[in-house]
Amino acid sequence: MSLNKDDVVKIAHLARLAIDEQSIPAYAQNLSDILAFVEQMDRVEVGGTLPMAHPLDMAQRLRADEVSESDQRALLQQGAPAVEAGLYLVPKVID
Amino acid sequence: MHNKTIAQLSAGLARGEFSSVELTQSYLERIKRLDVQLNSFITQTGDLALEAARAADARRAKGEAGPLTGIPIAHKDIFCTQGVKTSCASKMLDNFISPYNATVIERFAAAGCPMLGKTNMDEFAMGSSNETSVYGPVKNPWDLQRVPGGSSGGSAAAVAARLAPAATGTDTGGSIRQPAALTGITGIKPTYGRVSRFGMIAFASSLDQAGPMAHTAQDCALLLNVMAGFDPRDSTCVDQPVPDYTATLDQPLKGLKIGLPKEFFAEGMEPEVAAVIEAAVAQYRQLGAICVDISLPNSGLSVPAYYVVAPAECSSNLARFDGVRYGYRCAQPKDLLDLYTRSRGEGFGAEVKRRIMVGTYALSAGYYDAYYLKAQKVRRLIADDFKRAFSEVDIILGPTTPTTAFKLGEKTDDPVTMYLSDIYTIAVNLAGLPGLSMPAGFAQGLPVGVQLIGSYFDEARLLNAAHQYQQHTDWHTRLPTGFEG
Repeated sequence: MSLNKDDVVKIAHLARLAIDEQSIPAYAQNLSDILAFVEQMDRVEVGGTLPMAHPLDMAQRLRADEVSESDQRALLQQGAPAVEAGLYLVPKVID
Repeated sequence: MHNKTIAQLSAGLARGEFSSVELTQSYLERIKRLDVQLNSFITQTGDLALEAARAADARRAKGEAGPLTGIPIAHKDIFCTQGVKTSCASKMLDNFISPYNATVIERFAAAGCPMLGKTNMDEFAMGSSNETSVYGPVKNPWDLQRVPGGSSGGSAAAVAARLAPAATGTDTGGSIRQPAALTGITGIKPTYGRVSRFGMIAFASSLDQAGPMAHTAQDCALLLNVMAGFDPRDSTCVDQPVPDYTATLDQPLKGLKIGLPKEFFAEGMEPEVAAVIEAAVAQYRQLGAICVDISLPNSGLSVPAYYVVAPAECSSNLARFDGVRYGYRCAQPKDLLDLYTRSRGEGFGAEVKRRIMVGTYALSAGYYDAYYLKAQKVRRLIADDFKRAFSEVDIILGPTTPTTAFKLGEKTDDPVTMYLSDIYTIAVNLAGLPGLSMPAGFAQGLPVGVQLIGSYFDEARLLNAAHQYQQHTDWHTRLPTGFEG
């Protein structure tokens, strides 16, 4: 699969990544190379093989539905770019 | 002191030949004097280390010391350390002071190991040369023009140059074993789930695993004794008893069945590297092991499958970096979308962005079956190859890398060429198996690593096989020129 500039712009938008206009051709080239490389997988017939999502084929462990964390909001918000009154600030979303 | 193994240092501490404060000071002095050449540390934590060393000495005075009490250690900057910058070598987290400790960090603190600092790495562990770090590349102490490997390149270089007796690393596709091989040290990636991933910044959650990097298999056994074990805070951490990894180190290897995968000895390996690996095979035969040829027919597809699975998982894991709750935020965002896209676009480096985009594409509507589902099926075939092999042999032996350390800048323009430097390590992560790399010789003055692969939870056997090899060879004792004194 060869990707063009429009494909890169679309993927970057899906991934929420701002990409410089001038670096788009390089990304298109690199991503096309990577996809061509991974398409070597087509050499093998996988048919009915069961997909493997986890190396140990484990089931998700469950725990009792009990409170295990204390309130650490002040501590956790120390590293936030912008907070006010315990809330994270972002640009206005709704007018 | 810096030429000693952890086992020797531990004995020295126990006999009172030196204190943990003196030992820690001597490593801090080496870091200060020598790391300008290597760039192996992102953050040095000298004051914290000395405070912990004093506590370790006090603990020893009370007769409460464990085997690692007082032994200083460096931690890869992917592990969250409370109150200490945890950057993952990314501009995204350059300002991030972790509010909590990773389980691995807590376990080493509880064992009484002073933290010397946080080591350099590829950004978010994505790289094979330590050149994607926002703090600049790490140099290989064996040749400062060459890379130390990655992504745990800072940990590897620091241990190889004796700036730390040991370091932690993480391995998603070879990031402990490949740098260990390229810098002439010993490192083990345990079975997936053996060590808690809690507080270890996630790259690819079904592949990531932490492990120790040190000079000898014996030291790795001592370190793994501390790291391994169940943690309820990591839902993928396995609840299974942890053996004492030092207890079986001295078992003789007579009758050990070693598989040599023919695919690992095929074209692509440098002839000098091949000669070193063949000499290691001969050494194992001398130790009584039985070496047989085996086949891992699908291993050639491991790198392609990995570069779908790992980017796919990375694209979802790294979605958390949004410029809102912590980390980098762009200046003057004009709206929420602009805040997300510019914070991420400016905060992540080129390789991280490439992988996020590959993963996003592979998971997007219309392409999921062709890429992600297919890669998961190929992953099963690769794991099944290993299962078949382990019904015939006890361990598998091969090269860790196809070449010795390459030159800085040599592969940075071509991602696919860079990816292929992990050709022998990646299959092990896809299957979730334990793998170890240890020094086995030199090619043109550069270290060569041999890789041992074990069945699930068979770390003890790998460490035993490596320890026995190291009892009869001295590659693990070699020091790079310029770092002897």
